[in-house]
Amino acid sequence: MKTLDQIFVLTQHWLTGLAPAALQPLVSMLLIIAALMAVFGTCFALTTILERKTLGRMQNRYGPNRVGPFGLLQPAADGIKMLTKEDIVPEAADKALHFLAPLALTAPVWLAFAVLPFGRNMSAIELDAGILFFFAIGSASELAVFMAGWSSQNKYSLLGAMRAIAQMISYEVPLVLASVPVLMAAGSLSLPEIVRAQSGYALGWIPRWNVLTPWGAAGFGVFLVAAAAESNRCPFDLPEGESELIAGFLTEYSGFKYALFFLGEYLGLFAVTGLGVTLFLGGWHAPATWLEWLPSWGWFGAKFSALIFLFIWMRATLPRLRLDQLLNFAWKFLVPLALIDLVAAAAWLKSGGWQFAWALETRWLLCATLLAPAYVCLGRHWRGGTPKPRRYHYAQ
Amino acid sequence: MLGLGILKGFMETGRNFCGSYYDPERLTTVQYPEERLEPQANARTIPFLIYDGSDPIGGLRCTACTICEQECPAHCIEIVKDTAKKPDYLGKMQLHPKVFDIDTAVCMECGICAEVCPFDSIKMDQVFERAGSHRRLTLHKDDLSKSNEYYNKIHPAEAAAVDAARAEEQKKAQARKAAAAVPATP
Amino acid sequence: MNAPPPPLAPTGRSQTAGDLLEVSMGPHHPSTHGVFRMNVVLDGETVVKLTPVFGYLHRNHEKIAEKNSYLGSIPYTDRLDYICSMTNNWAYVLSVEKLAGIAVPERAEYIRVIVGEMTRLFNHACLAGFLLQDMGALGTPLMYAFREREKILDLFEALSGSRMMCNYMRFGGCRCDLPEGWPEKAARIGAGFESFLDEFEALLTGNEILRARSEGVGVLPRELAVNSGVTGPGLRASGVNYDIRKVDKYGIYDRFKFRVPLGERGDVFDRYMVRILEMRESLMILNQALHDLPDGAIIDPKVRLRNLRPKAGEAYGRIESPKGELGFYLISDGGPIPYRYRVRPPSLINLTVLEDMCMGHTIADVVIILGSIDIVLGEVDR
Repeated sequence: MKTLDQIFVLTQHWLTGLAPAALQPLVSMLLIIAALMAVFGTCFALTTILERKTLGRMQNRYGPNRVGPFGLLQPAADGIKMLTKEDIVPEAADKALHFLAPLALTAPVWLAFAVLPFGRNMSAIELDAGILFFFAIGSASELAVFMAGWSSQNKYSLLGAMRAIAQMISYEVPLVLASVPVLMAAGSLSLPEIVRAQSGYALGWIPRWNVLTPWGAAGFGVFLVAAAAESNRCPFDLPEGESELIAGFLTEYSGFKYALFFLGEYLGLFAVTGLGVTLFLGGWHAPATWLEWLPSWGWFGAKFSALIFLFIWMRATLPRLRLDQLLNFAWKFLVPLALIDLVAAAAWLKSGGWQFAWALETRWLLCATLLAPAYVCLGRHWRGGTPKPRRYHYAQ
Repeated sequence: MLGLGILKGFMETGRNFCGSYYDPERLTTVQYPEERLEPQANARTIPFLIYDGSDPIGGLRCTACTICEQECPAHCIEIVKDTAKKPDYLGKMQLHPKVFDIDTAVCMECGICAEVCPFDSIKMDQVFERAGSHRRLTLHKDDLSKSNEYYNKIHPAEAAAVDAARAEEQKKAQARKAAAAVPATP
Repeated sequence: MNAPPPPLAPTGRSQTAGDLLEVSMGPHHPSTHGVFRMNVVLDGETVVKLTPVFGYLHRNHEKIAEKNSYLGSIPYTDRLDYICSMTNNWAYVLSVEKLAGIAVPERAEYIRVIVGEMTRLFNHACLAGFLLQDMGALGTPLMYAFREREKILDLFEALSGSRMMCNYMRFGGCRCDLPEGWPEKAARIGAGFESFLDEFEALLTGNEILRARSEGVGVLPRELAVNSGVTGPGLRASGVNYDIRKVDKYGIYDRFKFRVPLGERGDVFDRYMVRILEMRESLMILNQALHDLPDGAIIDPKVRLRNLRPKAGEAYGRIESPKGELGFYLISDGGPIPYRYRVRPPSLINLTVLEDMCMGHTIADVVIILGSIDIVLGEVDR
């Protein structure tokens, strides 16, 4: 079991050992990069097809099932299509920026995977300030989206880019604020350290995952919403906003550049989902002792897939918000809630030493009294008060 | 409370997702070339001409009366009358079409030609897979001509009624003929 | 010598003065419901001016009808509002019947009510689906609506031979009788529609995002609605009690018990809700009509379908089509073709208030306001 758990690490060590000593650091690095690109590249291909199939199932249809067995070769067919399509650059476009934008989106996203721990001892680099690195890298995508929108010289692209900037900057705040309690609990900015802090079981059977604490649950909710918004997923896909802005900042992109944007967006989603798993769902830890024989990377993958499924489910269900409502939701609901969650987390951590009989229950109650009224109140007022329920009368 | 309506929506899509694996009501796609729906008896696409007997051109019921040509809302039918007359199933001398063209690019498959035809000669077909490697959209007499058996196959009830009415008329015509023949003999 | 074409003006720099941005939405926009164009002047994302431009789908419907016989125009009416061909047929044959003084057998009247209400059912369901699609609910509500619509279209195919271009009604009745087992199937599908509506409402009516998007957006004040001739669910959502089924009682609508749901504010949400409630009322009418369906002839045998020559005069027949008041105005000079043929399309007239409704809202709202009006370009442009 130990071998299976560490199989990737061992393989990497063995392969590195084959190289001459002077080249070993370089080979080790290249191996990790190749592995990450292979895994998440495949993941991207699989997600596109599985997303379409899941959406199809939710809409009473099959989804793509014509290319290959169960349609699984559809991504290959799409890739070939994208590669062979004409690359159209508008005459008025800023050619250099137009060319650079998809690269500027895709390249930094790969970097974000460097700090995520995908399993026991499986993180490319163990940065002490891993989470800071992650957020710093994450904000680069805003620039790329704006570059794309601006350089296209198209009014829809410009509107899409404006929306993207407003949205991504606004949602970065709750995203970071929702992660702060986790850092407080772990006492570290390093992602592997955060995972380690979530090991073990409370009362012997409840895993010590952050999501299973009151502040963690609230924080996880805020984080998920902000993550969806950060990666331009429905219901926050305003920058693309198909029914409003044709394709938003992507309007003037075609062929492989378009595919790169697609790749970048999905990779961004994977990265932020991986961060969510790490921060709130206990990273690669198994949910119970008797399940610990499964490899750690398997658990990470399972939690990761579950979250991706949730995002797909969200996409099948929800309509899109309007820009002003989107910003209101960020600043009037998510940010205050995240701040109150911070207080709740502080209370929870401070009261960690309580020893009396109903200590755990009291702590839960304490956090709940902080969070629940806040949730109800903020939920009622984020768009300036809940309108009265409508009544319809009938004429005979 | 914020989120309840959203949760309800999630339940609904979730129900449809699970339902699609066991409930045919929730997975209604018909995967066309492999699977096909039962054709409806009333369904109509482009018109065709019926012939009796075995000769697709000689046996055409059409008498080139041009009612369909006049009534066609899209004016997609073109008929040129032949000069020679031939006896029809009742023994009456009738004209025949020399040219009977339907421009299927214009035809809107409304079925008015079949409705107004007094000779039960033009009816609505059910073929819909008409794509081909040619650009010929105008169908001529020989493309349009199809047997009465085919008509019976695609519109069974309607065709049976038409056949019965025609047999009845034919019987009456023969009786009349016989009645006309009797006084002539003595 | 051909001079090289002048370089294209960069589209990002608009001719509009100041900080305003002029955007041409359509005719190739994903959510203008066809080839419809709106010239929108934006301040940021806020609409300051909106000019609808239409006519891209003009097919000369009225003039063609003035060259065709009275019978020959029926299939053309199918193509006006191509989603609800049955009600278009109905409005047209009603005006011909008025013009020529033709009576309709009772059974035919019942069948007309049945197919008319079915048309209303799936038109409203699809509209709600389209509206939510415009709101960004990626196809799910639309697919559910289409699932139900398919069932009704199957019924229409069994009845008339065609799913959408039914060409079913004739002056003096209907073209053919109901096939074996049709009313039972219709009743079953009506019952299924009830549960579909519950499901549909569970999916989205209570959804906070839908409420946030649609409440208070695109308000159509009562007076404006009445003054500009808006009809149909759009008018009733503004609280005006005007349903031609109640006002005119054309056909046999006086025999059925049903209510007219009225909104209060006239915003997008009211228009959505009024349609949902109307579908429930339609189901009631449908059940009553299927229950009372009498036997008998389905077309007046004395009517001449071909060569109908109504005596000189004029007639205006109108019905409550799913989109509003659909009327046909006919003048006969005694000949076999109408002297004048005019359509009063609800889609076009409801569209006239678009700018008033959109003013001051954002570009995302324009899309859903347009969606909530329920237009079909085949009817707008004719």
